[in-house]
Amino acid sequence: MSGVVKTETTSITIEVVYRGIFQKTLAQRIARSIVLAARKRGHTGTAFGRYGDSPERNGVPAKYFAVVAINDLELESSMAKYEPKVVDIAVAVDDTLVKGVESWAWYGRQPIWRPVHADGAVLVTSDKTPDEVLAQTDTAERPYTLGIVPGLASFAGLWVFKDDHTDYRVLGALAKVAPDWVRIEDVKQLIREQTKDEDAVASAQAGYDRTALRSVKVGEGTSGHEVLQFDKPGWTTMRPGIIVDARKPGERNPYYKKYGARTLRPVVNFDTCIKCTMCWLDCPDECFEVTPEGHYEVVYEACIGCGICAQVCPVKDCIVMVDELKFDDNKDKWQLWKTDHAAYNKWFEDMSGVPADPKAATAAGAAPATGGED
Amino acid sequence: MAVATEVKVKERPSDVETEQLATGCEAIAEAIRLADVDVMAAYPIRPYDGVMQAAAKLIANGKMDVEYIVADGEHSQFEIVKHACAVGSRVFVGSSGVGWFYAFEAIAVTAGLRLPVVAICGNRALDDPGAFGCEHNDALAVRDLGWLLCWAETAQESMDFALTGWRVAEDKRVSLPLAIGLDGAFLTHSQQIVKIPTQAAVDAFLPKFDLGDRLLHPDNPITIAPQVDQDWLMEIRMQNDQAMRNALTVITEAHAEFKRLFGRGGENPFLDEYMTDDAEIVFIGQGTLSLPMKVAIRRLRKEGHKVGLVRLKWFRPFPTADVVRSLSRFKAVGVIDRDYSFGSPYYGGVLYNEIRSALYSVPKRPTIVGFIAALGGREIEQPMANEIFQKTMAAASGDLATGDICHWIGVRK
Repeated sequence: MSGVVKTETTSITIEVVYRGIFQKTLAQRIARSIVLAARKRGHTGTAFGRYGDSPERNGVPAKYFAVVAINDLELESSMAKYEPKVVDIAVAVDDTLVKGVESWAWYGRQPIWRPVHADGAVLVTSDKTPDEVLAQTDTAERPYTLGIVPGLASFAGLWVFKDDHTDYRVLGALAKVAPDWVRIEDVKQLIREQTKDEDAVASAQAGYDRTALRSVKVGEGTSGHEVLQFDKPGWTTMRPGIIVDARKPGERNPYYKKYGARTLRPVVNFDTCIKCTMCWLDCPDECFEVTPEGHYEVVYEACIGCGICAQVCPVKDCIVMVDELKFDDNKDKWQLWKTDHAAYNKWFEDMSGVPADPKAATAAGAAPATGGED
Repeated sequence: MAVATEVKVKERPSDVETEQLATGCEAIAEAIRLADVDVMAAYPIRPYDGVMQAAAKLIANGKMDVEYIVADGEHSQFEIVKHACAVGSRVFVGSSGVGWFYAFEAIAVTAGLRLPVVAICGNRALDDPGAFGCEHNDALAVRDLGWLLCWAETAQESMDFALTGWRVAEDKRVSLPLAIGLDGAFLTHSQQIVKIPTQAAVDAFLPKFDLGDRLLHPDNPITIAPQVDQDWLMEIRMQNDQAMRNALTVITEAHAEFKRLFGRGGENPFLDEYMTDDAEIVFIGQGTLSLPMKVAIRRLRKEGHKVGLVRLKWFRPFPTADVVRSLSRFKAVGVIDRDYSFGSPYYGGVLYNEIRSALYSVPKRPTIVGFIAALGGREIEQPMANEIFQKTMAAASGDLATGDICHWIGVRK
């Protein structure tokens, strides 16, 4: 077989990893279009979302699948499943997903490449370089090809789907890495029939032409993400009565971290904090811990990045929401603020892009407050 | 409803027990008192409401202390006791007919959660059409869910099943809910002499309810019933299966201990045999239909027929070994179902197909004939008993076509 991805001769399996709710329709359109494009050359296929997911929830990672086979008989081995155990290509339509996926209904964070077999591919929509994306991806245990489809994370769908052409660019990229299954001319023909829009057809071609490929060798990537293992008990070892141990007061769940849902994270300026408790009070995931000084530090493993803390904080730029891909780990930074105040403030400014000292901001030429309009 | 009246006091060597003229419902209320139930939930529907009234009267008369919660419907009623049970309360609940069905979501989850709720199902026909009388389809609906299920014959047995019931259901090896079938009207609303044991004797028989480390309490942080999906669910179902298997042993133990302390309960915990020693033909059924059938058997025996009766006391767990051991001795068995299962194999009743299935792999098995009888609370009259006998005898002599093995009895054409 030709193409970047090595597949069986009988079928190909592609998963689309996305975030609810904004990318739900997008993921479905990509998976369906894969099957429909492959149909143009006589293949058959199936498309389905992972049943246990909750893709209606904002930011929650979820999966959609497309399987294409040469005939119905070969397709049967991929039918009646919740999800494929092994895929040829994983597509992430939000680059922060390369930090790992923890679905709402699953155990623990998993590397983005986990179901991808050796010499498969991971395609990521991103405005970053392959090396930048790889630096946030778990250390590779098998070789694979990383493809960067140019573009930002799509916010195409909520009540209605407003197509931003992410689906067309991803389809074009798929035609580039797996031309034996998805041909670019079939993709373009399908889009032309569906949209009668030559701009959409051009976007597919752009995805085909401009997707940057990079071979990833075993060992490349970051070891910064924790690895969680969860053993499933048997009927003799399970507690009767559908009971699992709960956390004791003040104790956090070691398995269920939730930060896989995060695209932005809050960064706190402890100098301007007035200790009003609003962030601590309103955080829906109880992420904040009180420091001895009465500040509130973020436990990043528990934070889903919802941004409510930043919204309720009454002090301007005291809590700033920052792109998740700027961070390598989940360590809290309050210790740094305690031990090296200047270093912390520099870190805060680098990450948030706002001055740590608000007086400095005014002195540096921000428009003077006119008063009366607040 | 008549007031339960104390009629007699009798000395026994080990104990002092009283007698009352009481309905099945009143006998159950006495069991609630003696078992020191913590929480009961009520919502009126005939015939279950007989227990509501009898229990309320015991509370009003200062004879019983129980948290008595009147719910806004059967669903809430069963949810209330489920939750009360999870925090360690001994509980009682019950309903009838379509009320039982309205509670069905709560009924299903109670078994899944392994919470030993004890309920009565005052058997009543399912609407529509409206009918207060007895049919067993309401209680039988729980047969696949992990509820223990038994049927009483008398008011005395109603009380005895309830007292045994808490012991069996709350046993850690079982920890499953129990439904006691009480035939509407014939049992729930008919007064009989009932022996009421002393508190000391009941306390000796019935240990305090202890959920152990499953107790839902702030000092014991647990999560009950999380979403498990396909990863855990089958293991959880298998635990329920094992609990139901364990129940056979626990019922046997409880029955032996009950017999030792109270001197009642029959030879076998799971079934009662009547005039079966030399019988060639037997009838089998559940609940009060045994009473007119015993009358018929005595009459038929005078006519020289070797007939007997097997009354099944426990339906879940189904006492397969005991049923096989008993029924394989006879030439023919007439199964009398006070229920229906439309479109079932051979269009038979629920009990018919269970018994047929239990006997399938037995080398020497009797001919089995099915009878759907006495639905909607219709009485079993002697001509009907005759018809049941005649058809079973025809089957015993091999004089029966394949398509002629289940019969509706006493239906106007």
